[in-house]
Amino acid sequence: MTPREQFNAFNTLLTKEILRFSRIWVQTILPPMITTALYFVIFGELIGARIGEVEGFRYMDYIVPGLILMTVITQSYANVVSSFYGAKFQRHIEELMVSPMPVGLIIAGFVAGGVARGLIVGLAVMLVAAFFADLALHSLFLLLAVALLTAMLFSLGGLINAVFANSFDDVSIVPTFVLTPLTYLGGVFYSVSMLPGFWQQISLVNPVLYIVNGFRYAMLGVSDVSIGASLGLLSLGVMGLFLWAHYLLRSGRGLRG
Amino acid sequence: MTAAIAIRGLTKTYRNGVQALRGIDLTVDTGDFFALLGPNGAGKSTTIGILSSLVDKSDGQVRVFGHDLDRERGAVKAAIGVVPQEFNFNGFEPVEEIVINQAGFYGLPRDEGRRRAGELLEALGLADKRRAMARELSGGMKRRLMIARALVHRPRLLILDEPTAGVDIELRRGMWQFLREVNQAGTTIVLTTHYLEEAESLCRHIAIIDEGRLVERSSMRALLDRLHQETFVLDLAQPLDVAPVLPVLGVRLSDPLTLEVDIARDRPLNALFAALSEAGIEVKSLRNKANRLEALFLSLTARGAAAECRDDGAPHDPA
Ligand SMILES: Nc1ncnc2c1ncn2[C@@H]1O[C@H](COP(=O)(O)OP(=O)(O)OP(=O)(O)O)[C@@H](O)[C@H]1O
Ligand SMILES: [Mg+2]
Repeated sequence: MTPREQFNAFNTLLTKEILRFSRIWVQTILPPMITTALYFVIFGELIGARIGEVEGFRYMDYIVPGLILMTVITQSYANVVSSFYGAKFQRHIEELMVSPMPVGLIIAGFVAGGVARGLIVGLAVMLVAAFFADLALHSLFLLLAVALLTAMLFSLGGLINAVFANSFDDVSIVPTFVLTPLTYLGGVFYSVSMLPGFWQQISLVNPVLYIVNGFRYAMLGVSDVSIGASLGLLSLGVMGLFLWAHYLLRSGRGLRG
Repeated sequence: MTAAIAIRGLTKTYRNGVQALRGIDLTVDTGDFFALLGPNGAGKSTTIGILSSLVDKSDGQVRVFGHDLDRERGAVKAAIGVVPQEFNFNGFEPVEEIVINQAGFYGLPRDEGRRRAGELLEALGLADKRRAMARELSGGMKRRLMIARALVHRPRLLILDEPTAGVDIELRRGMWQFLREVNQAGTTIVLTTHYLEEAESLCRHIAIIDEGRLVERSSMRALLDRLHQETFVLDLAQPLDVAPVLPVLGVRLSDPLTLEVDIARDRPLNALFAALSEAGIEVKSLRNKANRLEALFLSLTARGAAAECRDDGAPHDPA
C-alpha cells in the first residue's frame, strides 16, 4: 500500500471505531460521567470534608486527576477489548485480514479508536469535575502527554486481551481482577505517603501508581514519584505492548487456523 | 501470460491434527471461470482460506498473478476479492457502510468507495437496502452483499465459496448473469458449488478435490462429454492386431483380446453388434467399465441436479 492508501485505510478504521462507540453513547460515554459524579459526591463532599487537606490540597481537588485518569484507563481498555473481540467473535475481523493493511496499521487504527474514546470520556469527566472541584493546571504539555500515552497503553492492553480471549468472560477477567485493583491501589484516592512504610514499598511496584501520579503532577504539580519515571514507564510500556500486539497479530494468534 | 493462481505442493494440517490438504497442485488461467468441486470436508474452503490469507498454509507454494504469497502478501491480497462460505460481516452495520469501509481498508478514498458501493449494490439488486442493518437482510441478500463487498476494490481474481447456497432459482440465475458479466469484463473467477447446472453453465474449467487431494482437472466440456458416454469392455474370442472401425465414439484395443468402446448413453447397442458381426469379430462377454470420476462427480452434484429438476420443472439429464 502507498502512504496515501495507508492513510485512507487508517482513517476508515478510526472513523468506524469512533462511530461504533458514539452510536452507543448511552452505554459508553454517559456511565463514566455518572460514576464520577457519584465519586465526587461521596468521597469528595461527604467523606472528604472529614479528611481535610492532602499535600496542601482539598481532598476533593486532590482526587480529581486520579479519577479522570482512571476513566481514561478503563474506557480505552474497554473500547478496544470489546471492539476487537466482537470483530473476532462475529468474524468481521476477516474484513481487515483479507485487506492489504499491514498489521501495524490495523493495531494503530484500533488503538486510535481506544484513545479517542479514552480522551473524549476523560474530557467529559473533567467537565463533571469542574462542577465539584477547582481544576488546576500545572503543565498542559504533561497533561496531554500522560493522558495520550495512558490511553495508548491501555488500548494496546485491551487489544492483547482480546487476542487471547475465547469468550466474553475472558474479556472481563483482566479489567476485574487486574486493572480495577491496580487502579484503586494506584493512589487515585490517597497519597502513598499516607501509607505505612511496608505498603509504601509494595505500592511502588504498581505501574498504575506512576501513571496516576504523573497525571496528578501535570494538574496539581505534586507527585509521589518523579515525573520522569512516569513518562519513562508509559513510553516503555507503549513500545513493549505494541511489539507484543504486533507479534501476536502477525503470527495470527487466535485469528488464523 | 502469468496464471491467475499457481499452487504447488500445498499442504495444510490444522492445529487439531486434521490434514485438510495433502499436496495440491493447481493452475487457474487468467480470465478463466473455474469451478472447484469436492465433497463436504474435501478441503475447498481451506484452499480458499489460504489464498485469501485467512488460513496459514503448512507447506507448498502459492502464486497469484505471479506474486508469491510468502514474499508479496500485500500484492496477493490486493489482487483478490473473496466471498466466504459463512457470513462474516457486522450485522449491526448498515449495508452500504460495510461496502464503503471495505473499500477504505483497501486504501480507496471514501468518496470513491461510496460511488462504487452505490453502483455494486444497484447492480446486485440491493439499492433499496442500502441503509438497512446487514442482519435484517435475507440469506440471499446477505450473499449478494458479500459479493458487492468482495468486488469494491476491483480485484483481478474473484473467489466465491458456495455463493448460491440457499439462494432461490430465480435469484441464482440473476447472480449467474452478474458473475458472467464480471468475468467477461476480465475478472478471473473461481467458485465452489454443489449445483451441476451452475458449474455447467458458468465454468470453463473444473478441478475436483477429495480428501485433500486433487483428483481431476479438466475442461468442463471434456468432463461433460465423458459423462455423456459409457465405456464397455468386450472380451474377444480371437486376438486382433488393430482396433476395428466401428460406429461408436471411441475404440481402443487394451490388449489383443480386449476391446474398449465408448458409446453415447442414449444410443442402442444393436448397431455396434451388427458392425462387429459384419467384421467377423466374435465377442465372448461384455461388461460395463466402472467410472470412478463419474460416480464422484455425480455424487457431488446430484443433490443440486435433483433440486434443479424440481425448481424449474425441466428434467435435467444428470448424466
Ligand atoms: N479451523 C479448522 N480447524 C480444524 N479443522 C478444520 C478447520 N477448518 C476445517 N477443518 C477440517 O479440514 C477439513 C477440510 O475442511 P474444508 O472446510 O476445507 O472442507 P470443504 O471442502 O470446504 O467442505 P464443505 O463442502 O463442507 O464446505 C475438514 O476435515 C474440516 O473438518
Ligand atoms: Mg467449504
